[in-house]
Amino acid sequence: MMAEEKRTRVLVAKPGLDGHDRGAKVVARALRDAGMEVIYTGLRQTPEQIVEAALQEDVDVIGLSCLSGAHNHLFPQVVALLKQHQAEDILVVGGGVIPDEDIPFLKEQGVKEIFTPGTGTNAVVEYIKKNVVHR
Amino acid sequence: MLSIDKLSERFLSGETRALAQSISLVEDSAKEAAKFLRLLGVPKALPRVIGVTGPPGAGKSTLTARLALSLLDKGEKVALLLIDPSSPFTGGAILGDRIRMHDLAGRKEVFIRSLSSRGSLGGLSAAAIRVLRLLEYGDFSTIILETVGTGQAETDVVEAVDTVVVVAVPGLGDDIQAMKAGIMEIADIFVVNKADRDGAERTARQIEAMLGLQEEKRRLPVPVLTTVATTGQGISEVLQALDRHTAYLTTSQELTVRRVKRRQKELYAYVKDLLVDDFFAWAKEAGREVAPNSPQGAAEIYSLAEQLIAEYYAERTG
Amino acid sequence: MDEHLQDQLSKWVEKTNRSLAKNPERKLKFKNASQLTVERVYTPQDVRNDYVANIGLPGEYPFTRGVQPTMYRGRFWTMRQYAGMASAEESNARYRYLLEQGQTGLSVAFDLPTQIGHDSDHPLAEGEVGKVGVAIDSLADMELLFKDIPLDRVSTSMTINAPAAVLLAMYIAVAEKQGASMDKLSGTIQNDILKEYVARGTYIFPPAPSMRLITDIFAFCAQHVPEWNTISISGYHIREAGSTAVQEVAFTLSDGIAYVEAAIKAGLDVDDFAPRLSFFFNSHVDFFEEVAKFRAARRLWAKIMKERFQAKNPRSMMLRFHTQTGGSTLTAQQPDNNVVRVALQALAAVLGGTQSLHTNSRDEALALPTEDSVRIALRTQQIIAYESGVADTVDPLAGSYYVEKMTDDIEEAAALLVHKVDALGGAVAAIEKGFMQREIQDAAYGWQMQVESKERVVVGVNQFQIKEPSPRGLLRVDGSVGEMQKLKLKELRATRDNGAVALALGQLENCARGTDNCMPAILRAVRVYATLGEICDTLRKVFGEYHADNVL
Repeated sequence: MMAEEKRTRVLVAKPGLDGHDRGAKVVARALRDAGMEVIYTGLRQTPEQIVEAALQEDVDVIGLSCLSGAHNHLFPQVVALLKQHQAEDILVVGGGVIPDEDIPFLKEQGVKEIFTPGTGTNAVVEYIKKNVVHR
Repeated sequence: MLSIDKLSERFLSGETRALAQSISLVEDSAKEAAKFLRLLGVPKALPRVIGVTGPPGAGKSTLTARLALSLLDKGEKVALLLIDPSSPFTGGAILGDRIRMHDLAGRKEVFIRSLSSRGSLGGLSAAAIRVLRLLEYGDFSTIILETVGTGQAETDVVEAVDTVVVVAVPGLGDDIQAMKAGIMEIADIFVVNKADRDGAERTARQIEAMLGLQEEKRRLPVPVLTTVATTGQGISEVLQALDRHTAYLTTSQELTVRRVKRRQKELYAYVKDLLVDDFFAWAKEAGREVAPNSPQGAAEIYSLAEQLIAEYYAERTG
Repeated sequence: MDEHLQDQLSKWVEKTNRSLAKNPERKLKFKNASQLTVERVYTPQDVRNDYVANIGLPGEYPFTRGVQPTMYRGRFWTMRQYAGMASAEESNARYRYLLEQGQTGLSVAFDLPTQIGHDSDHPLAEGEVGKVGVAIDSLADMELLFKDIPLDRVSTSMTINAPAAVLLAMYIAVAEKQGASMDKLSGTIQNDILKEYVARGTYIFPPAPSMRLITDIFAFCAQHVPEWNTISISGYHIREAGSTAVQEVAFTLSDGIAYVEAAIKAGLDVDDFAPRLSFFFNSHVDFFEEVAKFRAARRLWAKIMKERFQAKNPRSMMLRFHTQTGGSTLTAQQPDNNVVRVALQALAAVLGGTQSLHTNSRDEALALPTEDSVRIALRTQQIIAYESGVADTVDPLAGSYYVEKMTDDIEEAAALLVHKVDALGGAVAAIEKGFMQREIQDAAYGWQMQVESKERVVVGVNQFQIKEPSPRGLLRVDGSVGEMQKLKLKELRATRDNGAVALALGQLENCARGTDNCMPAILRAVRVYATLGEICDTLRKVFGEYHADNVL
């Protein structure tokens, strides 16, 4: 019964100029090992590029990674663009160097969860499995 | 749950997201795909379908991106289907071809989609074939399909596309003896990429020599071109060769032959899917486990299979 | 082979193995981060004979024990804390504070737009200005950065890579205005583009033109700025990206080989520029592995320079290096623990013979450090230097059977990996083929899986956790820096001689298209207040931009 399976598709993205991709790549691999299909955008993505890829790839989840401190600026832009394209049903999560005190703001802006330093990959996998909505 | 009627309307209106969601729909389920494609009717015009295949590291993605860019500049509407292998253990995949398409970012007339091979060992999964079918309705003038370069069953790709481009790298000539015979036969166009490396010309000549051995089998000689995909060198020659091949296919009726073959393959695939699904549905209803009793004995598997099928037929026809 | 020892050892091993049933060891096999075996005990058997050839004396080939004969007995390592944030004015205040507190050299951190050659008003700079370092858009900002800091008396290290030539030119121009001549300037520019492609991500141009700019800098400084370290060949970031200690050494030295080859190809004599090459390593968690790593790196590089490149000047064979304690080892949980981690990592670097050292601050898992935190980090170095006594003799851990064996093991494994890179065509080719990146990612994933399975304990994170409140008082950089920089740029463009700028940029473009050294043209452009973005865009026009095409 192989052909018919619904796979969770995740876009792992690096918005902005931050070049540290160790975490993004480790998470991408862990998601693959959990049976998901992962599209990694590479570095220096604008919010527009991220959303364009997310729409074309019909992903269920967008994972944003930022370690340069520009998350408060960039993450909400991605969410806003998704809204513009009537795609707010895509689950947006984030990680990187993000202080706890920024999390309420980001969640208000529509980022559903933030995975802070020290979080294990299984926490990310479990969160996605639990919260993804397959349309 | 998405209503497929609504989806088909949005799809036919040209909405990008609807196209993306439709691809997911047909990729995930043969049954849903069948329903959906019936709703779409008959495509207005069939696009040219190009398959790009070859071993890993040959630069297929970069070449595909360059070809697409040139076609876009010519005013074409292009779809790219990029296939990457799935993990045989988890079924998941990292779809890493899109990252090379950066030159196409923001260009409205190109649609890029990454697909996992979903377990099929190289070559094309039935799902990918369904997606290709769907893209025929997308108003694209050209679809480029880039396949998994494992060197395994890439021969599949020839049955799904109009023109097969095989990409190799210099030095491959030395391993050409080791290359699967199939790959030499399926190429309509051979491209030696990374031609700025030593041995590019030599590799091209070696490939020509090997192709020469098959001349009788082929009706159109296979051009062997050299490119440096990263700089764009040689790309216009490849496009010309593609155009020539398309022209040949059209005038020689070969195109029709190939497309009928493609439909044949889709038909077989769908029939197989329906039968297999029905078989397992029966097994579930009947509480019959489709599993061997013990690890040994090949003969036992064969008898078991035949027995199960017999019960299935009886149930379905009785 | 000491037969008596051999005999005793066999008996001891037998006896101990028998007792394992009742007193098992914590693991079946002990391995360090590089997957090298760590034995239960080391004895003289593990150390090769011929001390002079294999280990040698400090300041003498193969430099295992250090590049100077007196090391810290003469002068402590330079205590050089990487710093820079927000605006040039704020960074200038931090530098003067650190110098007052006893820091002996400056280290400049630039923000991401600057590192990538964009002005603060570039669209991609939105939200990034001043966040990870200081924003420098033109010579005007540079002048503010070094206000009241005498450049002929302070040595400055600048962590800048792709646009290093431009920032170096700005530094020279500021010094000129202070009345200090080029030949008096001492410092370093990181200028290591290869590791950017592999592990750090702040590249601009493709490899070939980048190598050209790097060799232009080598040649220019050899002639005009002789005290300047023209490159800091870096393993720090490779390690931070997840590599093992062996990979850190091997890939760094492979990059070094590529730079030496490029310079020789550009017509320079190896002994003319090699003495000014410097390195930059990580100091990570496994204490003895790190000490051994530094010693192994020194010995391996010395051999490479002597045998492969036939360097004649002993100074060409000396691997001088800066160390930074491993940022990725800091935890957001129970941040005060980081002070202890950093102390151990700093100690390893000192026992490894580093020339200069940056110690991370306890709050850096989440933000740039506060003044208090950075002071503790600096004090950590000062306590090691002044109180612990470890600096009073050279290479004190030499002769430890464990350390010498591990030094040998790391050197051997690293040499093998360098050979592999060679077989792929060298560092540039290995990078284009994604080899280094894959090796590093595999190691990174392996590490993470070890942490998640608790095979590797991270105190406070996967063991010994507490319920703790969110940290308070973290340094924040807000968006006003971006706005201020944009205003400065507007004013600059209104008040400078735009004709002179256009002329200078045109000359730079011609130079870039040809084969002349670009440094003089860059200096000219910088002096008339062409912005960093304008200069880099001119070079982008000629060289193109690099795109990372290798994934996972």
